[in-house]
Amino acid sequence: MPATNRTKKAYKSDSEVLKANPRSNSSGFELKDYYTPDDVKGSYKSKLGAPGEYPYTRGIHPDMYRGRLWTMRMFSGFGTPEDTNGRLKLLLSHGETGLSVAFDMPTLYGFDASSDRAHGEVGKCGVNVSSLKDMEVIFKGIPLDKVSTSMTINAPANVLTAMYAVVGEKGGIPKKNLAGTVQADILKEYIAQKEWMYPPEAHMRIIRDMMVYCTNNMPKWNYISISGYHIREAGASAVQELAFTLADGFEYVKLGIDNGLDVDSFAPRLSFFFNSSTNFFEEIAKFRAARRIWAKEMKETYGAKSERSMKLRFHSQTSGYSLTWQQPLNNIIRTSVEAMAAILGGTQSLHTNSYDEAWALPSEQAVEVALRTQQVIAYETGIPDVVDPLGGSYYLESLTDKMEEEAYKYFKTIKAMGGVVSAIKNGYLQKEIAATAYAHQRKVESGELKVVGVNAFSKENEQPINVLKIDFNAERIQRKRLREVKQKRNEGNVQRSLDRLRDVYSSGENSMESIIQAVKAYATLQEISDVGREVFGGWKEPTII
Amino acid sequence: MEGTNNNMKRRIRILVAKPALDGHDRGVLVLAKAFRDAGMEVLYAGLLPTPESVARIAVDEDVDVVALSLHNSAHLSAFPAVKKWLKKLGADDIQIVGGGIIPPADRKKLEKLGITGNFGPGTPLDQVIEHVRKVAKKKWVKDQ
Repeated sequence: MPATNRTKKAYKSDSEVLKANPRSNSSGFELKDYYTPDDVKGSYKSKLGAPGEYPYTRGIHPDMYRGRLWTMRMFSGFGTPEDTNGRLKLLLSHGETGLSVAFDMPTLYGFDASSDRAHGEVGKCGVNVSSLKDMEVIFKGIPLDKVSTSMTINAPANVLTAMYAVVGEKGGIPKKNLAGTVQADILKEYIAQKEWMYPPEAHMRIIRDMMVYCTNNMPKWNYISISGYHIREAGASAVQELAFTLADGFEYVKLGIDNGLDVDSFAPRLSFFFNSSTNFFEEIAKFRAARRIWAKEMKETYGAKSERSMKLRFHSQTSGYSLTWQQPLNNIIRTSVEAMAAILGGTQSLHTNSYDEAWALPSEQAVEVALRTQQVIAYETGIPDVVDPLGGSYYLESLTDKMEEEAYKYFKTIKAMGGVVSAIKNGYLQKEIAATAYAHQRKVESGELKVVGVNAFSKENEQPINVLKIDFNAERIQRKRLREVKQKRNEGNVQRSLDRLRDVYSSGENSMESIIQAVKAYATLQEISDVGREVFGGWKEPTII
Repeated sequence: MEGTNNNMKRRIRILVAKPALDGHDRGVLVLAKAFRDAGMEVLYAGLLPTPESVARIAVDEDVDVVALSLHNSAHLSAFPAVKKWLKKLGADDIQIVGGGIIPPADRKKLEKLGITGNFGPGTPLDQVIEHVRKVAKKKWVKDQ
């Protein structure tokens, strides 16, 4: 196809800007022309070691993907509980055993479908859960003793855990056999995703309750997934994501130890969730550094003796922020590169984003392409054939060291402030992220950073793509179901269970059993959350701008 | 002079807000800084305000423009709700500019209601700033 004068001219000016581009990455590291053995410090044994061996820089398993591929875990959930139940059953019929459920915004913030605050948002970004009844429908006919369920829920994670336990119990499956994960990482909510209900201390206490309760009663339940994903999406650089996420992780470890738990009794249940963005080597270095730092700190600072406590397991998701509205098909390429970085970084499971997500919630076709991207990498490229194939690259090892070094600088700053909660309350972490986000945007505006289709190789007329249309019926259906639940339940039981929860929340004793009783009585998500709002109050974040 | 209107030496007062259950604040925080750097007086409604409280802040603070951002698919109910409240409070001269993850079909619906811009991710800041200046000027002409 002959290039028009216009595109030729555009290409010329773009290549001129590229030449002037300083070579650095999101973390602000200046990059050399090339790297040599002199750039790699320390011995092979102490810095790397074989895969599956301390400090696990090269991966947590000796055989990695030669033994078993990463789990292709695609996050989904929408509309009514019936819609989601249908989707989960479809996935199971395709051979999936790991379910992953997304909730709508009212559920994430602890509001019922009937709340004024929920209007227009019920069933939009995920499935709505207002009471135990909804969870019964979502998991109807699904063998909870044979699947593991990941639920992306944070502030009300204790209530959803209780609901899952009750659904299991009613189906004859004891709590101790239930396998799954709730995200429940409240620290990153204050830092980045901003979905909270109460002040930090109250939420940390609720996490303590879940930690202690699950360690003793639900040994297969991962009650927390320590997440850098949202920190990165909110604007952090790769090294900030690494440092802030691990700092959060250590905070939870301290919480467990301070409450009398043996570190090896709970640390193996902690897992991580990272972002994988477009700067290929920077991302791979980040994942490798994360494993090394975690192993070292767990062993040396927190006294872990079990290898399982030292092994950092993580889920990853490609970067939503890197997706552009312009020329959306280009997003398939970005997602492919990001997925490869996560795999070369040794991820345990991966979600790949759909190319149309800067336009709308993903269409079925776009979701399929995203899954196929993982399958092409898994079965055609040879990437999984050898463990940590990039290990020993002078550049990558030097970058991994630099990531580690810079992360420790942040740990020091956060420690000097009195820990993560203090660094949230004084706004330090939020401001650091906002400053990085703004600096990044400025670089895109000035052309210093190139984004294909946005400020380079752009086109005047964008071809529209087909996007998902959302059904507005979920809100009506959910409100109706909630009315029925309230008519049928025993009000006396509901009030007694909520009064009991109020006492427990005020006294400081473990609240999980009371939450389970309230859920069983069909107290709604909001009624339970409101008890907390009453006892703990709300939260207003410090001024960021 | 940046941030002012050539005809009237007046600084634009703008309120940035996310009028729903949506914590994705990267965009609004970047925009708030960009508006400020462009010479505007910027107010931020904080997280999780209702459409009513956004409208009340806008009126109390006498702003020219309200910039709304949502990434949670609630734009079709929340943006018009802010508009409705401004009208109720007798301030529908205050201009509303939208942004976020907004499908093309919804963009047209919002435009019809007088909610303009409706910028997607990747929109250059200058384009947003220019648009805000344009609608602020429109308001000032109306107010005269």
